[in-house]
Amino acid sequence: MAQKKNVLPGFNLSLGYTILYLSLIVLIPLSAAFIRASSLSLDEFWHIVTAPRVMASYRLTFGASLIGALINAFFGLLTAWVLVRYSFPGKKIIDAFVDLPFALPTAVAGIALTAIYSQNGWIGSFLEPHGIKVAFTPLGVVIALTFIGLPFVVRTVQPVLEDLETETEEAAASLGAGRLTTFSRIIFPSIWPALITGFALSFARAIGEYGSVIFIAGNMPMVSEITPLIIITKLEQYDYAGATAVAVVMLLISFFLLLLINGLQWFTNRRNQEFR
Amino acid sequence: MANTSPSQMTLYRAKVARNRATSEPAWIKYSLISLALLFLSLFLFVPLVAVFTEALRKGLDTYVTALSDPDAFSAIKLTLVAALISVPLNLVFGIAASWAIAKFEFKGKNILITLIDLPFAVSPVVAGLIYVLIFGLQGWFGSWLSDHNIKVIFAIPGIVLATVFVTFPFVARELIPLMQAQGKEEEEAGLVLGASGWQILWRITLPNVKWGLLYGVILTNARAMGEFGAVSVVSGHIRGMTNTMPLHVEILYNEYNYAAAFAVASLLAFLALVTLALKSFVEWQSARVPTQIEDIS
Repeated sequence: MAQKKNVLPGFNLSLGYTILYLSLIVLIPLSAAFIRASSLSLDEFWHIVTAPRVMASYRLTFGASLIGALINAFFGLLTAWVLVRYSFPGKKIIDAFVDLPFALPTAVAGIALTAIYSQNGWIGSFLEPHGIKVAFTPLGVVIALTFIGLPFVVRTVQPVLEDLETETEEAAASLGAGRLTTFSRIIFPSIWPALITGFALSFARAIGEYGSVIFIAGNMPMVSEITPLIIITKLEQYDYAGATAVAVVMLLISFFLLLLINGLQWFTNRRNQEFR
Repeated sequence: MANTSPSQMTLYRAKVARNRATSEPAWIKYSLISLALLFLSLFLFVPLVAVFTEALRKGLDTYVTALSDPDAFSAIKLTLVAALISVPLNLVFGIAASWAIAKFEFKGKNILITLIDLPFAVSPVVAGLIYVLIFGLQGWFGSWLSDHNIKVIFAIPGIVLATVFVTFPFVARELIPLMQAQGKEEEEAGLVLGASGWQILWRITLPNVKWGLLYGVILTNARAMGEFGAVSVVSGHIRGMTNTMPLHVEILYNEYNYAAAFAVASLLAFLALVTLALKSFVEWQSARVPTQIEDIS
């Protein structure tokens, strides 16, 4: 294809402004964290980020995020399936409500979930007699992280399910496949990249989450303290170096997840184009 | 069914057979719907209803008193200020970025798109921390700022900066794919007919993407008004001074003033409902517009 000369104006202005604004708001401030952390020796850095209390917070943050993302992968796929394939009264409203965790401020979600799951709350009072405590335990963290990651899987899987041609399913049925076989052999292979992307997005969001968790977690050191809270605690004690060191660990994990998700999305798009 | 012709009957049978081939038995279908609805009610509807019932638990009088408190009022004001500054800033950025990325080819474009996404990947707490490292008393500009008596951290500029950071990508993310899909033929036609660059932007490009633009603005606004973690780090929680609505909710809640906390929270929940309604409206509008164009041509 011959390279056509672009005649539209404003390239230098728009790109220049984009890069300037991006640098001022995002890149320079983020680099501040790395520059600040580099004033620590490697030993000091390692000592801070592997302290027992910090390690316990990683375990809780990653464990609860993983469980929350898995719950969302299962129920998100189910919700997307039900919204695309079936019709029932109130479907449009429910579809719109799926985005509630994006729209509801995290602090509001946090106190609402705490009210419901505390021992005299609507759901908590049912669970209490069975010895299940949710609020102020790691289980509460899982509930909060499931809430905030809920829309991701639904919104990534839904469009792929909508685009799926039913002809292949008809062909499978005419060749004698049951619905379960059709699902596992025909439908699932075309939606799994979207499912994994949604799962990764939900997981990435959960790792950094703060507002909804701190109310329900109880925030006990070594037990129910998430990593973002460790940063806040260190800041409140004016331990800037310590806070920055833990923040750098979180930033590196976020960058890695972002690259992974972008790669997954690129892979999904390419696959979908090949199908067409 | 009495006067159904044989061909209609065959069609009907074919339809039933196709439904059976691409759908599940009724009992599976209804169990799946029930399971999904149960999950969504537990995680979405129950918390939402809880906000409003807790807010009104001590009666309407307590509710009104909580909201007419001067501290609550100043929190509402600061939240609006933060949103009113960060939405236009990120809107202008979103238009500039999508113009450069969608209408031109250049090296490193994919890297630029990934960098624009960065603020979504960063924990809100870390977003607040990086501004403390720059503008805080021990930060890069800390001593210069205190010499000139300018407060950024534990003051309104810090809150605005943190809000701008967390809402940074929303408009750009909506506009870039939309503008890429629309190509640049219309803009080039405008140029041939003698329009200036700004005229092209105002008369052709922006009207073409207006729903995506509005969608981005709605998302930016919702996040700006609801941000908690990032703002919490830079605000210093000074009552009546540097408290936004979400921070005010936290303070009231930690003082065991649950009714008042949920009263302020119910305002934010109401805002979330308005956001969802506007979002559905925009989605409905933007889905409608292309079909209209197809009808005309």
